[in-house]
Amino acid sequence: MKYLYLIFSSLRRKKLRTGLTILSIMVAFVLFGYLTAIRQAFVAGVEVAGADRLIVRHKVSLVQLLPQSYESRIEQIKGVENAAHATWFGGIYQEPRNFFAQMPMVPEEIFSMFPEYVISDEHQAEFLATRSGAIAGRGIVERFGWKVGDRIPIQATIWGKKDGGRTWEFDLVGIYDGAEKGTDTSQFFFRYDFFDETRAFGQGQVGWYTVKVSDPDRAAEIAAAIDAEFANSPQETKAEPEGAFVQGFANQIGNIGFIIMSIMTAVFFTILLVAGNTMAYTVRERISELAVLKALGFTDRGVLSLVLGESLSLTAVGGVIGLILAWLLVSMGDPTQGSFPVFYIPTRDLLTGVFLIAAMAFVAGIIPAIQAQRLQIADALRR
Amino acid sequence: MRSVSQRKGSSAAALFGIAGVVAVMVGVLSIAQGVRKTMDGSAVDENAIVLRSGADSEMMSGLAGDDTRIIAEAPGIARNGDGALASPELFVIINLPMRSTGTDANVPLRGVQGQATAVRDSFQLVAGRMFEWGLNEVIVGTGAQEEFAGLEIGSSIEVGQDNWPVVGAFSARGGIAESEIWVDAAVLQPAFRRGNSFQSVAVKLESPQAYDEFKNSLTSDPRLNVKPQREAEYYASQSRTVYNMITGLGTLIAVIMGLGAVFGALNTMYTAVSSRTREIATLRALGFHSTPVIISVLSESLVLAFAGGLIGAGLAWLAFDGFRAATLNWSSFSAITFAFDVNADLLAQGIIFALLIGLAGGLFPAIRAARQPVAQALREL
Repeated sequence: MKYLYLIFSSLRRKKLRTGLTILSIMVAFVLFGYLTAIRQAFVAGVEVAGADRLIVRHKVSLVQLLPQSYESRIEQIKGVENAAHATWFGGIYQEPRNFFAQMPMVPEEIFSMFPEYVISDEHQAEFLATRSGAIAGRGIVERFGWKVGDRIPIQATIWGKKDGGRTWEFDLVGIYDGAEKGTDTSQFFFRYDFFDETRAFGQGQVGWYTVKVSDPDRAAEIAAAIDAEFANSPQETKAEPEGAFVQGFANQIGNIGFIIMSIMTAVFFTILLVAGNTMAYTVRERISELAVLKALGFTDRGVLSLVLGESLSLTAVGGVIGLILAWLLVSMGDPTQGSFPVFYIPTRDLLTGVFLIAAMAFVAGIIPAIQAQRLQIADALRR
Repeated sequence: MRSVSQRKGSSAAALFGIAGVVAVMVGVLSIAQGVRKTMDGSAVDENAIVLRSGADSEMMSGLAGDDTRIIAEAPGIARNGDGALASPELFVIINLPMRSTGTDANVPLRGVQGQATAVRDSFQLVAGRMFEWGLNEVIVGTGAQEEFAGLEIGSSIEVGQDNWPVVGAFSARGGIAESEIWVDAAVLQPAFRRGNSFQSVAVKLESPQAYDEFKNSLTSDPRLNVKPQREAEYYASQSRTVYNMITGLGTLIAVIMGLGAVFGALNTMYTAVSSRTREIATLRALGFHSTPVIISVLSESLVLAFAGGLIGAGLAWLAFDGFRAATLNWSSFSAITFAFDVNADLLAQGIIFALLIGLAGGLFPAIRAARQPVAQALREL
């Protein structure tokens, strides 16, 4: 405790320099927090993917459709609990940049397949009773300021209507919330029966199947059994765990993890230089003071911890303020105005941040601290 | 200026700090430049692309075989010995594993007809041979060949129950076609159950000025419901999402990092000024005006920043220029391969940004140095 006052007074010595160093450290941690949130936006899907779910799609590509009749055949395969189909609608709400996923599905299948979508019983009942009904995630409902009862027009890009029109109108009958922080609440579901009878072509064809298996440990085996079932048919399938599917999709955008890691490394390296430089200066300027402290009976180790403590207080203040600022920035919304399905700083990365604060304080402070420790009183006082 | 060498540590920290900022900024923005260059490099002034009206990309578009014939007869289209330079095309995607991760990518597969290579003058076969019309053979773009596995000449891609051999490779002056696989449209149609339908018609016009006539004749034709676009316009809209996203993020990161570097530079310069307090005061006591003092401090910080900017921009250029990668084109849901592009504009931007950091970092310390009361400064230390 006795060191606290000393640390505090030495930081006060050059208020401006202390302030600037704290600010630059703060900047590093604002970036750290913000970039982890961006990374999370890309990988969250993998983390919340159901371990007990598989995705079954057309082997050649995702845009090729599968017959709806596959559903009952998949459900007969040993180890499969149930299957749900979905189709990519790809419509545009008002303008192309308002991108979000829309999918026709069978209502009961949504409720049973995705326990992470929390929908009140009342909204479920309303969805079952309304043919043109739709359920949207909390995220997009807030993004567009919708409320239950709204009529939502969506321009079809792929699926024209039988009557030649391209505007589909849906009645928003319910909102789903995410059970977990990472759950994607930017999706829009509507009824497959309404879709199938209204679309101009492709009746009985669906985009992909989500399959729930009874034993996640046997997922690979069951996926192989599904593919074998449809092998040598005109529409062969590719079944894989949901996590692998989402990961594969994220990989297509690019190696986000690697890019963000590289940026972070550059940022921390830069800031480390600044902080380390400040610490070196602080020690050099105060050599005579430190010598006096030693002459007064402070041990070598005491002086070492004094300098390290100073470095730690600098980084801790800057780092904590930075992380808080990042958290505030992130909660203000994502930089793409809603294209990210989720945008938050995961608790795990906050902990990493705290660890980084300690690591940075140590690396920036250790060399000056050792210098201070090795100081010979007589030499130092003579300077 | 000579005093820089007396403060090596602090000056080096500021210099490398600024270099780091510039390297990150140039590196991130070069991704966006690369994507845009790939897209824009595909565009030719006298070329146009016709989609179904309301479609934003080939993927969403659909044109009946009869429509494509009507389009090919429109006025303004250039002709050669084989007729009008109009190429009705199919555009689908197939799954192929990426070399980098082994996971599937949506690789574009284009069904073309005889005039496709005449419409695109950039097309050049670089290895193997052209596919035989009517046969299950494909040729692949050099970009696709590099990024996705299993596209070497002699290997084959699996489409449904058929294997289509790869017989050649082509380049397209760095354009987006290099990310694609090409096959005879007549082979692709039955394989993807497309009947006699297409998705787009690419045309070469007699001249860029012929576009208006071409466009008017198509949009006023009651038999058609199509949207003609100049190629440049079409590709610009295709790259907009990716470009804006990366540029936005890159700028945001650069600005935040830049702030950090400004604080670092301020620290260095304040330190520089305070260690020279007596020297500066002496100069002023000798009758030097405050302007030279400001100039000396400012120029020191600007020189540091300029050197930092040069190093950063140079590093980014060495590390990233030409680095090949693939990403997803959101509007057509298909992969594009591109090379990071560190161009002169970006380098200049990086160095200007560094100078701004230097200016911000030097200005306040310079003013402080100039304002210091001479007597008090001389008494210090």
